[in-house]
Amino acid sequence: MHKEAAIREPLILGHKTYSDITEDVCRPIEGKAPKAWYIMFGISLLVGLYGIGCILYLLGTGIGTWGLNKTVEWAWDITNFVWWVGIGHAGTLISAVLLLFRQRWRMAINRSAEAMTIFAVFMAGLFPLIHMGRLWVGYWVMPIPNQFGSLWVNFNSPLLWDVFAISTYLSVSVVFWYIGLIPDFATIRDRAKGAVSKKMYGILSFGWSGRAKHWNRFELVSLVLAGLATPLVFSVHSIVSFDFATSVIPGWHTTIFPPYFVAGAVFSGFAMVQTLLLILRKGMKLEAYIHTKHVEYMNIVIMVTGSIVGVAYLTELFISWYSGVEYESYAFINRATGPYWWAYASMMTCNVISPQLMWFKKLRRSLLFTFFISIVVNIGMWFERFVIIVTSIHQDYLPSSWSMFYPTWVDIGVFLGTLGIFFAFYLGFARYFPVLAMSELKTILKISGESYKDGSAPTHDDHGGGGDSHTEAAPVVEEKVAEPAPVVEEKVEEVKEAVKEEVKEKLSDEEKSKRVSSLMEKLGAGDASNADDLKVISGVGPKMESTLNEIGIYSYEQVSKMTDNEYEMLDSITESFPGRAKRDDWAGQAKELMNK
Amino acid sequence: MEYQISSKAKRTIIATAAVGLVLFIIGIATNMDSEQFKTRLFSNFLIDGFFFFAMALGALFFLALQYATETGWSVAIKRIVEAVASYVQVGIVVLLAVFAVISIMQGGYTEVHGHHVGHIYQWMDPVIASDHSSAQFDSMIANKAPFLTQTFFWIVTIIYMATYFLFYKGFRKRSLQEDIEGGTAIHMKNFAKGALFLVLFGYFSSTSSWHWLMSVDPHWFSTLFGWYTFGGMWCTSMTAIMLLLIYLKKNGYLEKVNDSHIHDVGKWIFATSFLWSYLFFSQFMLYWYADIPEEVIYYTFRIDNYPVIFWGMFMINFIIPMLILMSREAKRNPGILMAVCVIIILGHWADVYMLVTPGTMGEHGTIGFLEVGLFMVFAGIFAYFVLNTLTKAPLMPKNHPYLDESKHHEI
Repeated sequence: MHKEAAIREPLILGHKTYSDITEDVCRPIEGKAPKAWYIMFGISLLVGLYGIGCILYLLGTGIGTWGLNKTVEWAWDITNFVWWVGIGHAGTLISAVLLLFRQRWRMAINRSAEAMTIFAVFMAGLFPLIHMGRLWVGYWVMPIPNQFGSLWVNFNSPLLWDVFAISTYLSVSVVFWYIGLIPDFATIRDRAKGAVSKKMYGILSFGWSGRAKHWNRFELVSLVLAGLATPLVFSVHSIVSFDFATSVIPGWHTTIFPPYFVAGAVFSGFAMVQTLLLILRKGMKLEAYIHTKHVEYMNIVIMVTGSIVGVAYLTELFISWYSGVEYESYAFINRATGPYWWAYASMMTCNVISPQLMWFKKLRRSLLFTFFISIVVNIGMWFERFVIIVTSIHQDYLPSSWSMFYPTWVDIGVFLGTLGIFFAFYLGFARYFPVLAMSELKTILKISGESYKDGSAPTHDDHGGGGDSHTEAAPVVEEKVAEPAPVVEEKVEEVKEAVKEEVKEKLSDEEKSKRVSSLMEKLGAGDASNADDLKVISGVGPKMESTLNEIGIYSYEQVSKMTDNEYEMLDSITESFPGRAKRDDWAGQAKELMNK
Repeated sequence: MEYQISSKAKRTIIATAAVGLVLFIIGIATNMDSEQFKTRLFSNFLIDGFFFFAMALGALFFLALQYATETGWSVAIKRIVEAVASYVQVGIVVLLAVFAVISIMQGGYTEVHGHHVGHIYQWMDPVIASDHSSAQFDSMIANKAPFLTQTFFWIVTIIYMATYFLFYKGFRKRSLQEDIEGGTAIHMKNFAKGALFLVLFGYFSSTSSWHWLMSVDPHWFSTLFGWYTFGGMWCTSMTAIMLLLIYLKKNGYLEKVNDSHIHDVGKWIFATSFLWSYLFFSQFMLYWYADIPEEVIYYTFRIDNYPVIFWGMFMINFIIPMLILMSREAKRNPGILMAVCVIIILGHWADVYMLVTPGTMGEHGTIGFLEVGLFMVFAGIFAYFVLNTLTKAPLMPKNHPYLDESKHHEI
């Protein structure tokens, strides 16, 4: 039996039932996509196609279309490669490492973060493949015997280790992600109305039936994969860092690179998760599941990993002086004061200073600010790779060959193209896949759900509405509502009593009925015969629905007429969840539901 | 309070320390005439002084980590962590004394035929670091002057020690206060202080290791050095916590601590062993691969002169926890855990030995009565002090907001 202390913030807001979770996650898949989705998808696709055009032009013309030269023979492409691989770290970290750390908040974000990981690794893989020149013999990076036309690979090269590390990481991530999806696909299959989608989701769900044995194997496999994936999270970016650190180039050859690259990767990965999720939760109305607390937790991860990266920058800077190696010192002086000082300055401000703002609770709980910082961090992390790669080699040991690197339109086009393809993939995912791990969320509903924590949920669970029976049941049935710690409970009770008394004193029965009638005047009379299902409105549970019905509110139309004034009146009549209706914008929700 | 040091425990501790002392004295007596005697003595005080201090400091870090991450399961073992951390008070005094003696003796050198040899800290010797006319003057060390000077060393060392001491005192005071007062105000304060400690520790653990340990080889440098020593420190602390936990369970204390708690501490030992091995490999592989003389000398010297200790400690600290602690059953079996913990503690002591001795003693370092004896004396003092802290407060905290989560911990 799990316990959760009362002072922990709930992870699922409002009163949600098992069926609500299914409904909320499946609604966007089963309904029509909004116009905004088509617009965003179209733009991403166009940009992606442009990028593919650039790649084809590059392949047809030669690598000379990139801005590389004899001194800087590694720049934009490898920067993008490392940037994308870094972004591809968050998903598996969230699902594997946070699983081992038993962090329940991961359940709302792991699915979409893992999807992002996989797409980001795809994008990363593109760059070395293109750089090798002949895409169609890309399989030569594998150790294939010489008779197949390739040369036996060089096992001493960290670039080959990259091939193994990234392909292992990608395959484990995909398997991990897919295993988690199976029960959720089964739920969609059971609800699907069309024959095609039923068939498709049937194939995808591997014949999942939700029996105890399936769940048992499911949990076992998840744990084993988490154990496997955790060292992979560390190994991938460590090996990427070896690409530089094994060399003898000043600025590249430093021992702190492996752990510091890992920290930087997690840092940028979480920033990208924030960027995507803040849009996703709004667009798909998942605010009850991914809310301020989740954003705050992720911001704390960003703050911690950002600080680790900061410590590593300063360590490198100090040791470059302490070592007494003049080339090492020069590499760092050149970074900060040379022709690329602006890249260094951007890196420092975006990566070291901006995450420190997250120490302020107000800022790290502000969604708008978070969105802004998440983009700043991703820009900063792109510059970090650019600074490490380009500024370390553009002024090397031989001053006569010093040069600058300027990207060409092909360089920029290919990068933009990967952004386009990435977002197109992600939007496709958001449209056809369950973006939240339904089955996992159900396991924490009664431990961390708001209405279960504050005791406002009805004691008898209402399973109605969904219509899907066997896949619906949560795997962990033994969960009980958490008993709040005694002291806090007392305090909460005291406050509740006080509030109740105050309200009672102010509101006599007479006053109440007066308010009800004035409220009904504004909203118009309704009757039970053409009642809408008010529970669909987020924030309205069965209890609230019956209260509304008692007052005389039955339809979306009535709810849609509510303004601040009515909300207040409603609060004073119902005496529960003050401010709830306004916060959830019931009127707005009702309007949309009416138009459906 | 509920826990009393049993007379058996007392006897064992006193016996260990006494035997250690006898061995130590034998070690001194038999080595007095050797040229390296002084260096060897100082090196050992630095090794053991740092090793046991670091063990306690790692526990203090772990305590702060639990507060800052609002961890629930570990509340039931909080007093154990506090007890291990409490040794920082002694560790600080010992380490400061060692530094003071070395400072007064200008790096602790021995004079042989007019030459200064066998320093602990070469850079503290003016003949090497600042006297341009001397034949032994080393411009490489002189160039590091603003960092490697006694004044700066002492200013930062006192800041580090004061910080660690005050944070330990603060955490302990609030922990006991919470037992009496309850409420969430203390908890929130611990949360904030825990986060602050992590920030300071994040810097200090690196910078202090450069001064205290890396400067033993003043020509050599590595950016990862600080995190590497930190990894070893953390791992050792977790084993100390585990040993204490098993000892108390065996003697019938801590009834609310179940095998899930023990399993979790076991996981931490497993994870931190991997962390240390990862950092060892990163530093070693990159220097070995690039093969730059001034960097790789650090490893070639150790491999040539201390092959058994160098490879042996890597095997012990990596392979043993990996193979044995991989299985779930092993992490719940007190006998296996006890054996692994003792082995890991010895392995990490050998790691600290490898950080110091080759730098100070050159190729002359050995492990004899002197080393073993001093280790046992320190271990005795450490054990007595930690157990003594346990007697001062109830073993199970009260009123912690997550206490209930911890009491019902099951994995």
